[in-house]
Amino acid sequence: MSKYKLNINGAPKTVDVAPETPLLWVLRDHLNLVGTKFGCGIGQCGACTVHIDGQPVRACQTPVSSVTKSQITTIEGLNANGEHPLQKVWQELDVPQCGYCQAGQIMTAAALLKKNPRPTDADIDTALAGNLCRCGTYLRIRAGIHRAAEIAGKETV
Amino acid sequence: MNIDCLENAGRRDFLRKSALAGGGLMLGFYLNVADSATKQVAKPSTIAESGAFKPNAFIHIAPNGTVTLISKQPEIGQGIKTSLPMIIAEELEVNWKDVVIVQGDLDPIYGSQNAGGSRSTPTNYEEFHKLGATARTMLIQAAAETWKVPASELIAHDSAVHHPAGGRKLDYGELVAKASALPVPDPGSVRLKDAKDYKLLGTRIGGIDNPGIVTGKPLFGIDVKLPGMLYAVYEKSPVFRGKVVSANLDKIKSLPGVRNAFVIQGGSDLKGLLPGVAIVADSTWAAFSARKQLEVVWDEGQGAAQSWAGFAAKAKELSTQSGTEILRNDGDAKVALEGADKTVEAAYSYPFISHASIEPQNCTAWYKDGAIEIWAPTQNPEAGQKIVTATLGIPKDKVTLHITRSGGGFGRRLIPDYIIESAAIAQHLTVPVKLTWTREDDLRHDQYRAGGFHFLRGGLDDQGKLIAWHNHFVTFANKVVKDGKPKLELGSGANLSGDEFPGRWVENCLLEQTPLECNIPMGPWRAPRSNVLAWVFHGFIDELAHAAGRDPLAFRLEILGDKGFIPGTGEQGIPYDVNRMKHVLQHVAEKAEWGKKTFPRGQGQGIAFHFSHRGYIAQVAEVTVSKDGKLKVDRVVVSTDIGAQIVNLSGAENQVQGSVVDGLGALVFQELDIEKGRIVQSNFGDYPMIRIADAPTRVDVHFLNTDNPVTGLGEPALPPLAPAVCNAIFAATGKRVRQLPLLRTDLSWS
Repeated sequence: MSKYKLNINGAPKTVDVAPETPLLWVLRDHLNLVGTKFGCGIGQCGACTVHIDGQPVRACQTPVSSVTKSQITTIEGLNANGEHPLQKVWQELDVPQCGYCQAGQIMTAAALLKKNPRPTDADIDTALAGNLCRCGTYLRIRAGIHRAAEIAGKETV
Repeated sequence: MNIDCLENAGRRDFLRKSALAGGGLMLGFYLNVADSATKQVAKPSTIAESGAFKPNAFIHIAPNGTVTLISKQPEIGQGIKTSLPMIIAEELEVNWKDVVIVQGDLDPIYGSQNAGGSRSTPTNYEEFHKLGATARTMLIQAAAETWKVPASELIAHDSAVHHPAGGRKLDYGELVAKASALPVPDPGSVRLKDAKDYKLLGTRIGGIDNPGIVTGKPLFGIDVKLPGMLYAVYEKSPVFRGKVVSANLDKIKSLPGVRNAFVIQGGSDLKGLLPGVAIVADSTWAAFSARKQLEVVWDEGQGAAQSWAGFAAKAKELSTQSGTEILRNDGDAKVALEGADKTVEAAYSYPFISHASIEPQNCTAWYKDGAIEIWAPTQNPEAGQKIVTATLGIPKDKVTLHITRSGGGFGRRLIPDYIIESAAIAQHLTVPVKLTWTREDDLRHDQYRAGGFHFLRGGLDDQGKLIAWHNHFVTFANKVVKDGKPKLELGSGANLSGDEFPGRWVENCLLEQTPLECNIPMGPWRAPRSNVLAWVFHGFIDELAHAAGRDPLAFRLEILGDKGFIPGTGEQGIPYDVNRMKHVLQHVAEKAEWGKKTFPRGQGQGIAFHFSHRGYIAQVAEVTVSKDGKLKVDRVVVSTDIGAQIVNLSGAENQVQGSVVDGLGALVFQELDIEKGRIVQSNFGDYPMIRIADAPTRVDVHFLNTDNPVTGLGEPALPPLAPAVCNAIFAATGKRVRQLPLLRTDLSWS
């Protein structure tokens, strides 16, 4: 066990865990940030997507010891008031079914929109390729990202 | 436990106690839930406790006007936590923004809480109208008495009772005290709203948990956290029904963070507590890590000889023989086939597949003083309670079960194997414990959609009419012990009704069945049976239509004929309204411009329909297949008749579009192989699921509101997708898909 200082959602946190512990389980079991989900444990489903210095990363494949100098953002910290355009649109279009994968979908989509404010369907399909939705809400996810891009575009004008 | 959980738990406890205060509960009263529930809580003493108006177990109106509605059914992504309360809110004339919805625990006061078979809506629809209307009637009466005017002069809307003549209104919160003192009217006597006056039903309402979902709030079973809670994993035999001989428990117990490790003997019931080794640790990761060093010697038993290749070879051997069971025998299929103008013969097969709900199975349990408290993501809380009582001997009234949101169900969470495992582990401890399955556990210990083999022959007369149908269905069964005797039991979802279309439509029809014995657990997978039977039968019907040189739509309409309503026959009889099916079929054809569009080679349309779960659904798929065989589903048009009223239009559309995507994923990708009695695949790396790029570009959903009882939509829109796509592939390429998954068929063309 070792102590690690982490910066999560803009706040310093200290945890005492084994060095190889994946960030996923540090978030879920040690810091009570359970919005980041466990789906496969091998980086195939995307349910555990967080941002490390703004990049979408699979928390289940990220040892805690590797992110001590990084800014970590989880779904809980994507927007202080839960009002990121994607979070608003996901409710407006009623995207979720079971909802389990949606935090990961939103985190991946948020990183996409930052890089590419007006993505095409093909851009979305490429960026979101690593995020499974078992309920099959893919059509609404596509529509939601387009709509969020539209809203974000208007907000910055 | 975080604050959100505590608040919810507190509210649940409060509601639970107040609901139970009436005492004298009856089981299985859901058919008359309003009546019984009303009697439970209409006592003034209960109401005085909280100062709230509680005309029944599902409605609670606080003096501040907040309306709390209980969700009785488990939410698994089908939207029931939003849609059933909408029905109450409609009749109650409450503004949706004033509504708070609380998930009810398992409690007989709510009637059946089993969320399976797309039954949650049809079995509760009428009663939920009465629940809301009863409360509305009482609130109007309370206002009438306050103002001393006839109730007939008053109307309720927007969470208040209005007196138009007097130009005055009373908010519901202001009427709580007076309404609470009134006798509860007979639910059968209250006036229900006319459907034309609905303000909420049929509109688009977002899922009630969406705000929590998009901000990462704890909602799911796997998010449960209790003070002092430990974390467990459970290793079972890779060969089904294997037993533990020994395990390196001493070593495991010495590993960092491990609190305990022990063997659970278990039994041989594939849906129950199977033998295994439990590791209990301080964290999930400590448990996962320790498990990597676990060494178990298994007695694998006879199951180790089973393989998919072996089953397929056996099925092929059986294809030319008679079945062990005759499911239907109308006319003389063999003679009719011999005399037919044309015959078509084909073998269709599909593999075992997993539910792969994205939240792996998990359950939290806390055993204390001979009682157990359980938090479970389940579709079937009653089964969870029952198995804990039956297996561990904990009396039913000492088993408390809290229903959490589930990260997908698809039928998987109807089986309580993970609940009993968690409870059995908890019985070794004094603190709460959360059992988490890994994805590998989930994939290798599912209650699988059974594989199957169909050997089909069809006969056409010289007019191209279908006159004979012969199917030998080779399916799967488990050996079970019933009443002390060993017995072969067909897998759940591995059966075929003799009534299944076209069973009652073809004059010479022989349906035979032979089960292969296996140790593979089988369970209901979204639209059980139908999810593959529709693909087999509508694929073969398409083959016959093309052999007859007929239009696939016209050929199907001719088979359906003019039979009107057909009652079911036999044990698994299925009543079927032919007119409803023809209606959706003709509707979908019109919307998809069937037969009016011309497609270049490599593109095409396919059509199929299926009746299941009381829903009549027809679909047309439009596909593009590239020369190198890459499939893209461009558009799917769905016409749906699930009765007179769509409850939540947004949720309903989401279910249909999701069914299309799910159906496509199962069709194209999903496959489990079995070798030496084990599931070969382990995780999403070798068990691919459909991803966003493979989803159809467009799915058009049409609801035909017909004058028929309202029914559910979690399942019936899935079955027609696979045959519609495969029939479209044939139209585009001339290639017929007879084996699943589709990616095994080379679709390239030149």
